[in-house]
Amino acid sequence: MSASTSTRVAVSCRGVTKTFGEGENAVQALRGVDLEVLLGHMTMLVGPSGCGKTTLISVIAGILERSAGECTVLGEDTSRLPDRQRAAWRGRNVGFVFQALNLVPTLTAAENVAIPLLILGVDYKAALARAGVMLERVGLGARTRSLPAQLSGGQQQRIAIARALVHEPRLLVCDEPTSALDHETGHKVMELLREVAAGENRALIVVTHDSRIFSFADRIAHMDDGRVERIETPTRN
Amino acid sequence: MIRIALRMLVGDRLKYIGLVAGLAFATLLITQQGSIFAGFTRRSGSWIRDTGQADLWIMDPQVEFTEDRKAMQDSALLKVRGVEGIEWAVPLYKSYVQARLQDGTRVVVRMIGLDDATLTGGPPIMEEGTLELLKQDRAILVDARDVDDGLRLRRGVGDDGPRELRVGDRVDLNEHETVVVGTFRRTREFFWDPVVYTTYSRALRMAPPERKSLGYVLARVKPGFDPYEVARRVEETTRLRADTSDDYEARSMDFILAKTGILPNFGITIALGFVIGVLISGQLLYNFILENQRAFAAMKAMGASNMLLLRMVFAQVLFAAFIGFGLGVGVTALVGQLLHDSKLAFHMAWQVPVFGGLAILVCCLIAAAISIQRVLRLEPAVVFKG
Repeated sequence: MSASTSTRVAVSCRGVTKTFGEGENAVQALRGVDLEVLLGHMTMLVGPSGCGKTTLISVIAGILERSAGECTVLGEDTSRLPDRQRAAWRGRNVGFVFQALNLVPTLTAAENVAIPLLILGVDYKAALARAGVMLERVGLGARTRSLPAQLSGGQQQRIAIARALVHEPRLLVCDEPTSALDHETGHKVMELLREVAAGENRALIVVTHDSRIFSFADRIAHMDDGRVERIETPTRN
Repeated sequence: MIRIALRMLVGDRLKYIGLVAGLAFATLLITQQGSIFAGFTRRSGSWIRDTGQADLWIMDPQVEFTEDRKAMQDSALLKVRGVEGIEWAVPLYKSYVQARLQDGTRVVVRMIGLDDATLTGGPPIMEEGTLELLKQDRAILVDARDVDDGLRLRRGVGDDGPRELRVGDRVDLNEHETVVVGTFRRTREFFWDPVVYTTYSRALRMAPPERKSLGYVLARVKPGFDPYEVARRVEETTRLRADTSDDYEARSMDFILAKTGILPNFGITIALGFVIGVLISGQLLYNFILENQRAFAAMKAMGASNMLLLRMVFAQVLFAAFIGFGLGVGVTALVGQLLHDSKLAFHMAWQVPVFGGLAILVCCLIAAAISIQRVLRLEPAVVFKG
């Protein structure tokens, strides 16, 4: 690894394992994952259901503690942080786009987007103003006061992306961002992610089954049975 | 995030209304029953409050409440008058007697005899006639409110059908003929028998002969003297009991509460209101948390600490409690206001909303404590499950 590459490494996992349960009921979800994610890259984690993709991003994002191995994210080994500090670290550094979106149905688009800022302690009005700007960037500037139910699936996905980016995290984790969208909308969302989210100072990890969006990736990590089997660099369209 | 928490709460209108309605209902149960209980207990002291001119009530030491008649020797009056600090002291007679109305209706009444000279201790409000008219021969005053029920000519006289007593009607008290010279209004009492006022001497003539006949001595304390100190002196000098009006009211109330068992009876209803409040608010809050647990988990994933989520849940609970309590206590007050002139014993003492509020707060905190377990146990990784 060259010096310039190492400074651009956002995530470095070596021999990461994760076991759920104990004894006869133990399930080994990760069996020694080696993975590097670079800043400025969109890295896709692909593989069959149950291969450990979600567990891996949970470990990387500091949501789950690994059982063994080493994992440094943005220069921090989050497993060494106490719960509260780890939550604060996630709040500052990680943006999430969930498969189920998890938008709060009773909040407006702007309020949903403002949540990460509010968690960080930003004043309500200031957070809403920044959320409005973010919604402009994802093309929903006119729908700040709309409730999620009043928006289409694609628009809801944009809100989720805006929410993931509003606090300018250095790591963006997207779980199946196109699984509930038709082909065209899925492409638009991926274009949006590349356009709005990708940057020299941010790493994107996208978990997906959707082979139609592989072309958006800088690197694709193929997982199977709790391991990264191979990493490929796709050819751009 | 507190604002977000409240928006989450009120945004789901149906559940929010359900939660607030449940808490309002529990509040209504607690404060309404509490107010009726307070009303009943307050009524036990109505007569003492209505007889407002006296600072001290002097009575036989064994008297336990207002309807308890244990007469003293007449000499007690002079003894009280001789105590330092007493400005004036007058006798008061009170006893139950048989009344027979013109149409033959028989009813037990409470006869109160007032000092002949000063008429001290009379009814608080005269509706028809004046207190002075009691000085007329055979005169009595009847309760205008009792006219509606207790002292009513049930069969009527002559061509009249059933009707209320009025000035000029004759009433036999213990076979002594009296004439109604006026009517008065008094505060409703815990006990329901009609009240008639007459003079002390006339009351003694109409009452069954007894060796002792003085029911109470009412006394006023001279300005500058401490009523409690004067009461102590009266007790030392006369070996009688001397209570301030407030003390006698409190003692009567305690006795009635102890003897009638209304405290546990109302207590059970109030406790039921509390339990209903806990169950309703608990279930609704639990459902609310359950339905929002993915949102809370997402917030946890996005960096919200358990403490922040706890603050959010408590803000939601306290807000719902505040609104529910406000509505419930408002409806209670409104009902009390609308029915204030009815027989409903309703008195919203300051303790009722205070303790009602505390009860609802405890309801909600218990409900929140149950619901919050889910939030604390939430694994943020669940948000990655589709």
